[in-house]
Amino acid sequence: MTTVATPGVSGGRNLYVPYRMRIAKVTDEAPGVRTFRLEFIDEEEGRRFSFKAGQFGEYSVYGEGESTFCIASSPTRKGYIECTFRQAGRVTSALADRDEGDIIGFRGPYGNTFPIEQWEGQKLLFIAGGIALPPMRCVIWNCLDLRDKYGDVTIIYGARTVADLVYKHELAEWGTRSDVKLFTTVDPGGQTPEWKGRVGFVPTILEQVAPAAKDTIAIVCGPPIMIKLTMPVLAKLGFTPEQIYTTLENRMKCGVGKCGRCNVGKVYVCKDGPVFTLAQLNQLPPEY
Amino acid sequence: MSETRILQKASLDGLFAKLTAAGRRIVAPVRQSATALEQCHAERVEFEEVTTAQKIAADYIQTIRPPKGALFPRYEQMLRFKIGGKEVQAEEIKPEAKPTVLFGLHPCDAASFATLKAVFTWDSGDAYFEPKLAHTTVIGLSCTKGDAYCFCTSVGGGPGDTRGSDILLTPLDATKYLAEILTDKGKAVVALAPELFTPANGQAAPALAKIAPRFAADKLSAKLPALFPKGEIWLEQSLRCIGCGACAYVCPTCSCFDIQDERQRYSGVRLRCWDSCGFGLFTLHASGHNPRPKQSERWRQRVMHKFSYQPERLGVLGCVGCGRCSRSCPTDMNLAQHVQSLAEMPA
Repeated sequence: MTTVATPGVSGGRNLYVPYRMRIAKVTDEAPGVRTFRLEFIDEEEGRRFSFKAGQFGEYSVYGEGESTFCIASSPTRKGYIECTFRQAGRVTSALADRDEGDIIGFRGPYGNTFPIEQWEGQKLLFIAGGIALPPMRCVIWNCLDLRDKYGDVTIIYGARTVADLVYKHELAEWGTRSDVKLFTTVDPGGQTPEWKGRVGFVPTILEQVAPAAKDTIAIVCGPPIMIKLTMPVLAKLGFTPEQIYTTLENRMKCGVGKCGRCNVGKVYVCKDGPVFTLAQLNQLPPEY
Repeated sequence: MSETRILQKASLDGLFAKLTAAGRRIVAPVRQSATALEQCHAERVEFEEVTTAQKIAADYIQTIRPPKGALFPRYEQMLRFKIGGKEVQAEEIKPEAKPTVLFGLHPCDAASFATLKAVFTWDSGDAYFEPKLAHTTVIGLSCTKGDAYCFCTSVGGGPGDTRGSDILLTPLDATKYLAEILTDKGKAVVALAPELFTPANGQAAPALAKIAPRFAADKLSAKLPALFPKGEIWLEQSLRCIGCGACAYVCPTCSCFDIQDERQRYSGVRLRCWDSCGFGLFTLHASGHNPRPKQSERWRQRVMHKFSYQPERLGVLGCVGCGRCSRSCPTDMNLAQHVQSLAEMPA
């Protein structure tokens, strides 16, 4: 007599059934952009839950649907997860209407991770644009919480306007840390009279302030146009495709390699990604 | 090692009675009454639940809709919730998995279940698909005739192919079938009515449909990555495509789905439903960016996914050669014809 696992169920759970999460804290980051801190209502589920930097999940408002975001908090911060989203469609609009104490659904963690153990001893260069800082924030805090393991940390972050910069309190903290080099920039015309950061597009700032490519890992995340213009600059600075990481944001529904939506070439972004090196992306059709 | 028996056509009602008595639901091809659809289809046969053999269209060529709904319904509820202020209760809807006999599936349709299974179980399992598969028995029916749209022999199948069937029936003459009992599920059906399955001795070879191969799927799979960048090929092939998605809805192996919530004021359901890579919204990002903005790119994805990505990734072709996509296409695009022309292009 052999024991047969219940079909479609892992750890006794139907994977399509979300965890119930309570919104413990809400932070308004920028116009239309909010961060939720989420805690497991079932403490046992919370104890068993673990994730790594780079993974994502499906967040749901019951009655409206599910939406895909990365986990924006670091796995070194226990007891909760955070997500940051911009109000754009039906689900994110419903999410934006929730408040502290409300219950939402979460299923995950899904996808692969940033190989931060492999990066130990290297310098880290984070390059982010707009609403793409959240997937990187997880890695930034993860590495800063293990600060001794990494060399110089440089963060270049740009947004259209000063108001659009997210995590303003954390940017202020990173800006004052002696072990982080932070460069914030806004697009020309997006500055305010009080703005102390730079003015210019991310690739331009990158060219001015980037560390030497030797022994440096570059992590890039941003809108397609920023990625497109940043990659040639990194190449010019001497970064090889193996040294450059990014995380893709293809549309997803299931998160577990079945619904077909995030399929690019033979890859499912939800299973083989979302984290890829540029060397890996160069093997794929340009459909992301 | 399969066993071979004889099953009289007149015995089908007796078999169905035994299956019904054993709690099995029977789904079989049934000829439908005339509708507007008759104008674009030579005949209209669909799978539906039956209790007797009288209604079965045993001489059909192809149903319009595939049998995949038995395992992967077009619309399936997953969760039910109640919404009251800050308190939300969500409850899993257990999938219905009635013991079912799918009777009279042609070998192409029987083979399609291997592709569906590969998609739904390659990594994590699926709580809605797998119980239905476990409770489904397939009694296949070899083809004695095909039409110009059939191309099973180009994609590894054939009119008498046994893959996917638990029992395969092949018409020997007007009165009887040769029954190949192929699996334990097939043996369990025979065990319900052993007297109906009589010994087969020295039967004449059955006359199966002649489906000439049009291309070699393995050679095509090897060639496709090199054809991907040649945008003009895909544009020319898809100029007629209106992006209606009919090909995906009638395809027995297309398994892409959407997950949506339907809500009344204080209650609702989460469901999954069929979707198609041919729709422009399929990959559209919230930002407005679309990885496949053109219909020609979506046509290319359909061909690449079935004939290149799935074979490489899951070890199964995403096509069984049933020809439904081409029979149902409102602009008369013919997949087999297009794929054949790809196969014949210089590498």
